[in-house]
Amino acid sequence: MFSTALTWSDLAFLAHGAGMTLAVTAVSVAAGTVLGIVFGVIRFQFGPYWSAPLTFALDIFRSVPLLIQLVLGNALQSIAKLGWPPFTTSCVVLSLYTAAYCTEIVRGGIDSVPVNTRRAARSLGMTWWQDMRYIVAPLATRVSLPSWIGLTLGVMKDSALVLWLGLIELLRASQILVTRLQEPLFILLLCGAIYFVISLPIARFGRYLEERWSPND
Amino acid sequence: MIEIENVHKSFGSLEVLKGIDLTVRKGEVVTVIGGSGSGKSTLLTCINGLETIASGRVVIDGTDVHAKSTDLNKLRQKVGIVFQQWNAFPHLTVLENVMLAPRKVLGLPKEKAEEIAVKQLTHVGLAEKLSVYPSRMSGGQQQRMAIARALAMSPTYMLFDEVTSALDPMLVGEVLDTLRMLASEGMTMICVTHEMKFAREVSDRVAFFHQGIMAEIAPPEQLFDAPQHTETKKFLAATH
Amino acid sequence: MFSYTFHWNQAFRALPQMLDGALVTLEIALLSMAIGLALAIALTVFRLSGNRVLSGVATAWVEVARNTPALFQIYMAHFGLGNFGIHLSPFTALLAGIAFNNAGYLAENFRGALKAIPETQARAGRSLGMSSLQAFRYIVLPQMLRVAFLPATNQMVWAILMTSLGVTVGMSSDLAGVTQELNARSFRTFEFFALAAVIYYLIAKAVTLAARLLAARMFRY
Repeated sequence: MFSTALTWSDLAFLAHGAGMTLAVTAVSVAAGTVLGIVFGVIRFQFGPYWSAPLTFALDIFRSVPLLIQLVLGNALQSIAKLGWPPFTTSCVVLSLYTAAYCTEIVRGGIDSVPVNTRRAARSLGMTWWQDMRYIVAPLATRVSLPSWIGLTLGVMKDSALVLWLGLIELLRASQILVTRLQEPLFILLLCGAIYFVISLPIARFGRYLEERWSPND
Repeated sequence: MIEIENVHKSFGSLEVLKGIDLTVRKGEVVTVIGGSGSGKSTLLTCINGLETIASGRVVIDGTDVHAKSTDLNKLRQKVGIVFQQWNAFPHLTVLENVMLAPRKVLGLPKEKAEEIAVKQLTHVGLAEKLSVYPSRMSGGQQQRMAIARALAMSPTYMLFDEVTSALDPMLVGEVLDTLRMLASEGMTMICVTHEMKFAREVSDRVAFFHQGIMAEIAPPEQLFDAPQHTETKKFLAATH
Repeated sequence: MFSYTFHWNQAFRALPQMLDGALVTLEIALLSMAIGLALAIALTVFRLSGNRVLSGVATAWVEVARNTPALFQIYMAHFGLGNFGIHLSPFTALLAGIAFNNAGYLAENFRGALKAIPETQARAGRSLGMSSLQAFRYIVLPQMLRVAFLPATNQMVWAILMTSLGVTVGMSSDLAGVTQELNARSFRTFEFFALAAVIYYLIAKAVTLAARLLAARMFRY
């Protein structure tokens, strides 16, 4: 049908790149989500006026190209003589980037919990923390989940940019093979297919959770 | 004249109209009552061709509505309809809502369309609301605007599909008053309604629909005071 | 801790060059939006056409645009088309990649907007004697534009941010490209890129503000 110079070891190389994409995404989404929850609660609790500095700072991560953020992050760690490897730098920058989006999702989720539900909890004698833990968190999580899945998929796609710092993730691995084998279309299509294959389970998992939770409403 | 002959209509396997015959003369007011799912609203959308029919004929002033050669857009200018859900165009002001069809469908110049729209809106008591957007008005006001919007096309016939059913009880009166006014001016109307008192007052004839069949049609005194059909008796007993 | 001395003067002296780059950035973003809009309208028509092949093409386009990295799409234009003997310049490849991405996201946006307008609106228009085209043109379309407007302006901001990816395929005239060239000559990475970040931020905010003002004028209801 068609012939290709692609070998099994090249495929392993691509798989290794995909592994790097997944690793960067997993670390960044995990750290970004934790930060996002903290920032989101702060934004909700302090109101738009007092949390304005935080809002402004986070907005920068959404209004400056990620590529520029990565370059700046790398320059900063070198200025501060932190000696971080590219993987650490990439994850730190991507985590903050993720946190900026996640904060909005979390705040929206908390906002969606009806005031009366919270009043009911407090009037039963629950503390602020108990109200947050047992009433707000479960309700807000359900509302936020679809957006959070979307964010995770978005971060996975955006993680391709860490190639600029020298990390060999999926897209960079494909590019290296393209240069060596001179079969750009075939290898890039393969690369695109791998992105699809990685996205699918995440999207599925999100839909599964949504369905599992919805009968309780 | 609207002539409805043996009209059948189904949605999937559900037959909603099972052979309806009804003739409405010019200047006549016919109200249609009956339980939900009796097919009375479907009949109205079949009259102006918004729904197709399975068999039978609807003839309006000699034009067969469901014939392939009929220009439905032309025909609908003659037959106005107002729905339960008033369907105000939210992106247009009240005046623009009413002016749109005269301008784009009849091709009238702006000044002429505006003159007609102002006249109709004044007629339904909305002269003060010309430059307001529908979202700023009550349901009753929006429904009266929808009536003015239909009237601006100078229709010969008006169809009203439960126009007060979606309104708060407080707002029903103002819309019914508008309909009474139209009836007294000699407009030919078919009104599907749940307002029995209103039906008794304005109608020349009242039709009772039951499960896709027109069980009974008679002048209001006879239908309300001496119903012939057992289903009519049951229905009236339940609604009083 | 910081033994590094910042040299901001060098960066500020390069400001005119960088602003020229910013103009190129804006130009690519606007062009890609215009092309993307035209393609998105075509894709929306394809998806509604009922023709299997056309709607299949449109669906595939939207899926690829939304589920692969924007950089991947630019690489496809830059390297992938080489298989067919087509070699695009960095500018064209970047423009093609972003336009492809815009078209996919905008088409999905249009579909959502179309769904958001109740069918009864068109029906009300038809009952006044309008043709289906008239009902769409005067009743559905204006309402659809309002729903689609905000997501479309977000896409415009995305397009501006995406232009920075051109530097990875050798683009040197846009803001990121100019900054990278300056950086390669001076190694004042932080200063140059920080200034670039500020310019990107200001452009993004200006576009958002302009869109909001425009929306307030266009949609009064």
